Amino acid sequence: MPTVEFEGNTFAIDEDGFIDSFENWNKDWVQYVKQQEGIDELSEEHWQVIDVLQDYYKKNGIAPMVRVLSKLTGYKLKHIYELFPSGPGKGACKMAGLPKPTGCV
Amino acid sequence: MVDTPKPEELIENIDHTPPEEPWEDTPPDLSPGNFCYPTKKKNLEYLGLPTPTTDEWSPSDEEWPIPENWQQIIHEGFKDLLGKYRSLRIFMDTCVRCGACADKCHFFIGTGDPKNMPVLRAELLRSVYRNDFTRVGKILKKIGGARPLTKQVLKEWFSYFYQCTECRRCSVFCPYGIDTAEVTMMARELLTLLGLNINWILEPAANCFRTGNHLGIQPHAFKEMIEFFCDDIEEITGKKIEPTFNRKGAEILFITPSGDVFADPGTYSMMGYIMLFEHIGLDYTLSTYASEGGNFGLFTSSEMMKRLNAKMYAEARRLGVKWILGGECGHMWRVINQYMDTMNGPADFGEVPVNPITGTRFDNAASTRMVHITEFTADLLRHNKLKLDPSRNDMYTVTYHDSCNPARAMGLFDEPRVVLNAVCNNFYEMPESTIREQTFCCGSGSGLNTEEIMDLRLKGGLPRANAVRYVHEKFGANMLSCVCAIDRAALPPLMSYWVPGVDVCGVHELVGNALVMEGEIERTTNLRFEPLTEEAEVEADV
Repeated sequence: MPTVEFEGNTFAIDEDGFIDSFENWNKDWVQYVKQQEGIDELSEEHWQVIDVLQDYYKKNGIAPMVRVLSKLTGYKLKHIYELFPSGPGKGACKMAGLPKPTGCV
Repeated sequence: MVDTPKPEELIENIDHTPPEEPWEDTPPDLSPGNFCYPTKKKNLEYLGLPTPTTDEWSPSDEEWPIPENWQQIIHEGFKDLLGKYRSLRIFMDTCVRCGACADKCHFFIGTGDPKNMPVLRAELLRSVYRNDFTRVGKILKKIGGARPLTKQVLKEWFSYFYQCTECRRCSVFCPYGIDTAEVTMMARELLTLLGLNINWILEPAANCFRTGNHLGIQPHAFKEMIEFFCDDIEEITGKKIEPTFNRKGAEILFITPSGDVFADPGTYSMMGYIMLFEHIGLDYTLSTYASEGGNFGLFTSSEMMKRLNAKMYAEARRLGVKWILGGECGHMWRVINQYMDTMNGPADFGEVPVNPITGTRFDNAASTRMVHITEFTADLLRHNKLKLDPSRNDMYTVTYHDSCNPARAMGLFDEPRVVLNAVCNNFYEMPESTIREQTFCCGSGSGLNTEEIMDLRLKGGLPRANAVRYVHEKFGANMLSCVCAIDRAALPPLMSYWVPGVDVCGVHELVGNALVMEGEIERTTNLRFEPLTEEAEVEADV
């Protein structure tokens, strides 16, 4: 598995740059993905989305569906795209250290 | 991941001129963007499948991680399949290379690659069959159309049998009725013997064994998600609905793909199903164990398909239901209608399905005990059991994509149209050669709906998109309905790329919009919370 070095961390990543395991996530990973995503500054809103995703993942072992993410954060999908240009999956989930959903999605 | 070119660039680069070199000498393109990621080792181990000799590999690697005796493994596997399936031997022997199938494949139309002609794709396997298993091939070698299994041939198999969506459009035109999808299935099964398969298929399959569905939704989360939809339904209609889960003694078990529970726009169809069942007072239950209609085993091996399929019957038996109602899934119906009865049947539970509301007996489902939701709804409509206001779908000009498997594997042509014509006022068909049994694939079926081959998917989906563009320009179609969860995942990016302005929905989302439920409040939005009328839209903007 390829790895990236960032701020003294070594992160193992998959083909699409997702972290290998949620266990290996830390706050430096967020800073690393932030650069990749081209986000200038992380606001409280970014952190709220990340927190909601992680809480849900810890309880359920998967990412929440987009409609649940919207309801829990109070942000419409459009606003989530404004916060995370690559979208809720490839942007927000990646930053929060969650794996990609697979199947008929 | 590779950047996707603009539509005009992509279309300009589609070239149908065959390469100069003979096809046998042309190596497959396995550069990034042209293959699906291989299966992660943890998923192969979970499923008890053979693993490659290294933990990680890429199809673009020169040397592949296969055991030394790989040719022997394939040879014996092939022999085994020929012994099991007389159909395979017939498909290998009977092709006369007439070429009727050649230009029928969406991948050939969209890529211009001759090996995407179904005849040549099958020849990749057939040439090895002749070499290993026929006297003519053994004696005449190359002149007899035989070639030995080399590493390049193996790479071709991986490349081209994962560029086939098993949609079976080519089979419709084959004068011998060769089921080309089964050729692909057999080739994928052989590749699986060496641990060569793709993660987008086997991670869902592994999830399905672990949690009951492709997405890995655990029982408590599954229940919460359905309840979330019920909250939304209450907000829109004022009706509180409380579906049951794993309820013993229910008359009917309802099973749909987990995509309908998780991914938009399928989730709106899920709401539609629940509303319909409430409207007619159906005695049904949902299962958190058989929580998946889809079966990615179909894209892996017959054994995997059989094992995954078995839980539908196991759950029906455990709950003691009379029969199973199936949702808007695509390939699930290929498995149910063409394989389940012999794989896991005859059903040892329940009885021949009878619609409890109309009394209609579904003799066509006598042995499988499974009825398709559009058959069921069309029957309700025929007996005038639904109260509808189709004007609630007036914001949409609807067309219908015949999802490949319900169309070609079970002949479901009229029922969805009966439903659509009842629930919306503006419905237009795409051209005749692109619908019903001749329907064009979304370009992402059979487990190929993964991001890393997006360019290929957009090329493969071009014929479908082109037909949608026709009704979009001629009739103003802005909603593409379908009855498959892979469609609902794959068609939105296809539309936004080729035909912007066309959205995608399931048929039962439109049913849910139109249903006039007893005691409901005045509806101001559709199931997507979009305002129903222009005046309401203005108010919402203020």
